[in-house]
Amino acid sequence: MLSRIAESLFWIGRYVERADGTARILDVHLERLNHLPTEERRSVARELLGVMGARPQSEDFGLEELLHALAYDKHSATSIAGSLGAARENARRARETVSSGLWESLNTTYYGLNQHRKDVVGTYRFCHWVLERTAMVSGLADTTVSHDDSWLFLALGRSLERADMTARMLSTRDVLSAGMSWVNMLRCAGAYESFLRTRRAAFGDQHAAEFLLLDRLFPRSIVYALSDADECLAKLDPSAQRVGFINDARRIVGQARTFLEFHRTDDLMSELPEHMERVQKAVAQASDAISRKYFNQADELAWVGEVS
Amino acid sequence: MSDLFQDYSEAAGRTGAYDEMFAPGQKARQSYGQVAGALRELSLADVSARADSMARTFLDRGVTFDFAGEERPFPLDIVPRVIPADEWDVLERGVAQRVRALEAFLNDVYGKMTVVSDGVIPRQLITTSAHFHRAVHGFEPAGGVRVHISGIDVVRDAAGTFRVLEDNVRVPSGVSYVLENRRAMAKGLPEAFGQQLIRPVEEYPRRLLSALRKTAPSGVDDPTVVVLTPGVFNSAYFEHTLLAGLMGVELVEGRDLICRGNRVYMRTTAGEQRVDVIYKRIDDDFLDPLQFRSDSMLGCPGLVNAARAGGVTIANAVGNGVADDKLVYSYVPDLIRYYLGEEPVIANVDTFRLEEKEAREHVLDRLDELVVKPVDGSGGKGLVIGPDASKEELEALRKRVIADPRGWIAQPVLQLSTVPTLSGDKFGPRHVDLRPFAVNDGDDVWVLPGGLTRVALKEGSLIVNSSQGGGSKDTWVLAGSPQVPVERLPQQSITVRERVSVWPVESNWRDRQSEQQQQQISDAQEVTANA
Repeated sequence: MLSRIAESLFWIGRYVERADGTARILDVHLERLNHLPTEERRSVARELLGVMGARPQSEDFGLEELLHALAYDKHSATSIAGSLGAARENARRARETVSSGLWESLNTTYYGLNQHRKDVVGTYRFCHWVLERTAMVSGLADTTVSHDDSWLFLALGRSLERADMTARMLSTRDVLSAGMSWVNMLRCAGAYESFLRTRRAAFGDQHAAEFLLLDRLFPRSIVYALSDADECLAKLDPSAQRVGFINDARRIVGQARTFLEFHRTDDLMSELPEHMERVQKAVAQASDAISRKYFNQADELAWVGEVS
Repeated sequence: MSDLFQDYSEAAGRTGAYDEMFAPGQKARQSYGQVAGALRELSLADVSARADSMARTFLDRGVTFDFAGEERPFPLDIVPRVIPADEWDVLERGVAQRVRALEAFLNDVYGKMTVVSDGVIPRQLITTSAHFHRAVHGFEPAGGVRVHISGIDVVRDAAGTFRVLEDNVRVPSGVSYVLENRRAMAKGLPEAFGQQLIRPVEEYPRRLLSALRKTAPSGVDDPTVVVLTPGVFNSAYFEHTLLAGLMGVELVEGRDLICRGNRVYMRTTAGEQRVDVIYKRIDDDFLDPLQFRSDSMLGCPGLVNAARAGGVTIANAVGNGVADDKLVYSYVPDLIRYYLGEEPVIANVDTFRLEEKEAREHVLDRLDELVVKPVDGSGGKGLVIGPDASKEELEALRKRVIADPRGWIAQPVLQLSTVPTLSGDKFGPRHVDLRPFAVNDGDDVWVLPGGLTRVALKEGSLIVNSSQGGGSKDTWVLAGSPQVPVERLPQQSITVRERVSVWPVESNWRDRQSEQQQQQISDAQEVTANA
């Protein structure tokens, strides 16, 4: 398949998942933010934006600006509207390869972005709507696109971004240390019920973080998302080797996952920020390596030529 | 205040009741300052849009109760009921005290009955109670607790004093609505939350689970807890699923359980698994066909024997109904003095015992001024409010009371306190009660801050039961600042990792490209034009 199309599909996967994760984080944190006194609310809003990967545009940054930056700003890749717009833009360029169902659901979503009130109460509804739309998009992607290379790129983007978003969810804990409970952390990831069923009476920060980081069966946990990404990469490049990996992306993803999986610690909570930093870095590097290998082959070829 | 409250003070004056939100003269009480401020900002359109959205969320989430075979959302009103810290302090102590007294009473009733031999309460009263079960006489339940979960209904009279209206120590329901109401309100009226600390309710399921595990039969390291439901047709089925889900335990029906060798097991795909604690949400009568109704399909034969042998903890214990018999209720202040040596913190509502000849004659003369209730009823069933009843109804009631005086009590009509409630296009005063929930783990009675406030949605109505057109309100207990220290962990500085991974990153190449593409289009058009 064309590299350009593959790149578009990869980014559809990432952007849709980003919109989904941002909506989840915003929905839960908005509730907490509302319970804070005005002054604290401002500083927490700034920091939350920082965790999501953007800097405030102006000095005067409050709740309303946060909503704009994370939900409605069409020109920022961090916001929900921006991500969904970008996903739709990518789908438009790959329209002939994606199924009409997938294209239409992305397009409908794009046109629905404006039909919401932009106050706090409206944002709750907006987040809810976004979750429904992104679930529909991924459902259609899974059921109406053959699971060939094109789908693999989409799934690869999705699982990498998912690992990244879960890492950001866990990082938000530092921001809202006053009142950000593990219950909300789990609610963010939609993991509350699953967690309760597996953990019997073992509640607490440590267990919740462990679940979102290390659980092998919960789809939004980091380890699960990374092994998903690994599987996709393996299927994309099935050449079996006796020793090592040629594929940089596989090495990076695999290292990040095994580091978490085999890491042994007594105090997960204090190491959490470090882990999150590592995961986010690995995702960024893996994404670069994937574009080098599959999307910008020009660079890669030039480099190979230099060696030989 | 906006015109939503235009006729409020007049309507509130008519009821003659204590209003929770406004002091006389339409001045918002201090505890309601924040809520009043938030409501002032809203127009009618805002309020009704939010109320609609809250109702829709409830239906979507399946927060319903079953009414005559139909699932209905439990109406939640947008104005919360606010309880200031000092008032809650009294309620909390009063509820815990009552639970401790009832626990002691039940232990005594199913044991030595010293309360009878010391002359506090007549033996006949206990033995004639419909819910006194001889099948569970003479043993201490495993774990030593009988009233694990209770709901003590309190109301505020016209003078503003809290009084206990009834005790529920069998299967008190409604706590799921407390949890759901808070979630809905956080999204429905977010403006009212800032600036003040409202005590959270979300820890209830964890408290409940830890109490249930703590009261497991001795010798079990990691007890398995289940919730026993009558099934999907029960009116409180939603609550059963919610609690089981939030505790992360199995929700079982009677047919999922088997008793063998005085132990209880559940059938799972991995074979039979021992059950140590059963949170029972079905009536005693249906629990065990060997002991109670033999035609019951909902229970599991052998449960009572297993409990007697100490092989399983049943919460709440079988036979608790004797303590919430309404005639026993009238003795509870005496029971508190007898068992705890304390004065009751919250008073009862004055109650006439119709068994006593003098009281009966007095009541029969004034039937049209009093409320008459059956002693073992719940959900407002069978209750007759004198001033609202017709002549025929009163006549029928008179006959039934004379035929069975043990079966009835009478109380003066209480003007329950009111809270503004949205009805149509404005707020009107509606009567409310309050059901605080308490969890007893054997060492300590924990009272959930708040509880379920039920509201009669019909103007002037005093019946708040959901089955008779009642709704609910979120109940906020304000935290007195010294009680709840705000934990401030040292803030770690966040390193902003900007989104480097975006595509198209800088869109200049895209712009260039689109320019060129457009160029091509116009070229192509020129070509066609020329041709």
